[in-house]
Amino acid sequence: MIEIKDLHKSYKMGKNSLHVLKGINFSVEEGELVAIMGSSGSGKSTLLNILGMLDVLDEGSYSLDKVPIINLNETKAAQYRNKFLGFVFQSFNLINYKTALENVALPLYYQRVGRKERNIKALKYLEQVGLKEWATHLPNELSGGQKQRVAIARAMAAEPKVLLADEPTGALDSKTSYEVMDLIQKINDSGNTILIVTHEPDIANMCKRVVHLKDGVIVEDKKITQVRASQYVQ
Amino acid sequence: MRFIFDSNTWQEIFGSIGKNRTRTIITIIGVLWGIFIYIALSGAAKGLDNGFEEQFENVAMNSLFTWAQTTSMPYEGFKTGRPLQLKLSDVTVLENRIPEIQYIAPRNVKGVFGGSPGLIVRGTKSGNYNVYGDYPVYTKIATKKIYDGGRFINDKDIELTRKVCVIGERTQKELYEKEENPIGTFLRIDNIYFQVVGVHKFTPGGGFESDSDIYIPFTTYRKLYNTGDDVGWLTIAAYDDADVVQVEKDVKAILKSIHRVDPRDERAFGSFNLGEIFTRISGFANGLTFMSLVVGIATILAGVIGIGNILLISVKERTKELGVRRALGATPREVKAQIILESVFLTMIAGIMGIILGAITLYGINLGTEDLDFPYTNPTVPIPYVLGALVIMVVLGTLIGLIPAQRAVSIKPIDALREE
Repeated sequence: MIEIKDLHKSYKMGKNSLHVLKGINFSVEEGELVAIMGSSGSGKSTLLNILGMLDVLDEGSYSLDKVPIINLNETKAAQYRNKFLGFVFQSFNLINYKTALENVALPLYYQRVGRKERNIKALKYLEQVGLKEWATHLPNELSGGQKQRVAIARAMAAEPKVLLADEPTGALDSKTSYEVMDLIQKINDSGNTILIVTHEPDIANMCKRVVHLKDGVIVEDKKITQVRASQYVQ
Repeated sequence: MRFIFDSNTWQEIFGSIGKNRTRTIITIIGVLWGIFIYIALSGAAKGLDNGFEEQFENVAMNSLFTWAQTTSMPYEGFKTGRPLQLKLSDVTVLENRIPEIQYIAPRNVKGVFGGSPGLIVRGTKSGNYNVYGDYPVYTKIATKKIYDGGRFINDKDIELTRKVCVIGERTQKELYEKEENPIGTFLRIDNIYFQVVGVHKFTPGGGFESDSDIYIPFTTYRKLYNTGDDVGWLTIAAYDDADVVQVEKDVKAILKSIHRVDPRDERAFGSFNLGEIFTRISGFANGLTFMSLVVGIATILAGVIGIGNILLISVKERTKELGVRRALGATPREVKAQIILESVFLTMIAGIMGIILGAITLYGINLGTEDLDFPYTNPTVPIPYVLGALVIMVVLGTLIGLIPAQRAVSIKPIDALREE
């Protein structure tokens, strides 16, 4: 699904150049649930941004579902993001003047799906995350966990190849974190590829594979036995 | 196009505009004020224009009047201060020598320039009214509306020195019973019996005439009042394409030479040039229209710049939201289009409200001046002007919207997402 070869990325900070990613080789198969771990500054967010086509790589190659991601202009990148990727952010990033349903329907709007179909689909995904009754509520009427579940529904609505989650539980208490992880695991169970950036070991342990990043290189990449989040959820 | 008709687009526009309602309203007022000023001013200018036109509607626009005064310079042995008198023969000379003259009507009146008005008697009723001696050609210069069944003085009346007269509305009211038809009846003008052949309708404006004037044939007048070849004043209409100011000069020059007056004597003949005054007035109205256009557009421009400014701030505030949208697959074009549409939408709303307010104001002014003796009628702004203003606003709104739109897409989505 994801193929990364010899990826380098550096940022220019005035005269100095900060080498963030120093030769990453990394691949993800379909249906995997991968946790990318590392302390801050290890380059894990940069890696996720490059995977999410929000940032461009300096050297190396990246292909997503056998499509080489190279020389993207903004328009092309936006279309690829829309088609291939779903994003879940730490701070949810819901649009606050839109209801939960409208937020979920937004990627479909950019896919030029008709309004009726859009709403039917969006409602289906809201139901999947257990928030059907909250469809007409604005984000500020939802709890943090509910917001993140709406965000996950929004990321899923476009039926992406890969779901990218940047610290999805970072702003949640542990109980709601587990609820969200439970949801992510269920989505993964139905065959979706998911990448999670996190620095919480208990969240990482709920994935199937953990990749450790340190100072721009992968120091550890191992498959683990998944801890099911459902056992923590009543 | 799909974009414009998508309810989601509009929902997003309302959503982002409605976020800060006070700010939006204040922003709108800028453009609203501009279009309001434009509509109100140009409507008022048109109203004045219409008003003046109505004042002069019964008089030929390119006409002038001239009368004799007294000389102010000695000439050819004549001393200064000699009183002059226009003669009937002057008419023929002027007609022959100035080809620009279309109509020329010599007139006499009793009761306007000194002297007492004629005494009109009918049975037991009587009154004093101004009596004019006229040629039929006068109606070519100043139209006289005659009530049904009547007529103005005609050539036969002149030829046969008929004792016929045309009376005014008020004269009829004062000398006749309500249901009585004055046509064919007789009344006594300064002890001579005249048959009434018409009643003229009074139209306001244009000189000293009133609703009680009595017109009799010029030839009858001179016999009645023993005026011989004397002419009170001349009413002259030039052809439409003639330069009235030049005609006025020519008329005076010829009159001076006939009456042996120093060519430099400015006070020997008086004149009133309606054409010149009308040109000046319509020039004034045109100037006013032009000014309202300039002021209106300048104010609209200022307002639109205000909208651009607010949208810049709003884009800055929404950086993160726009980043999210782009992460979700909004192309730069879609983001741009949305912001431009917001700009155009705000401008249009403001414009339409301004037009409505302007129209209400014009309506109010019209109601307020209806019964006043003030040249102001039917203030309107032509629809093409209104549409033009709207088009200008859409164009300006689009252009100004380009700035914040460009700003919105110039930030990379990743930076936008990082924004807190």
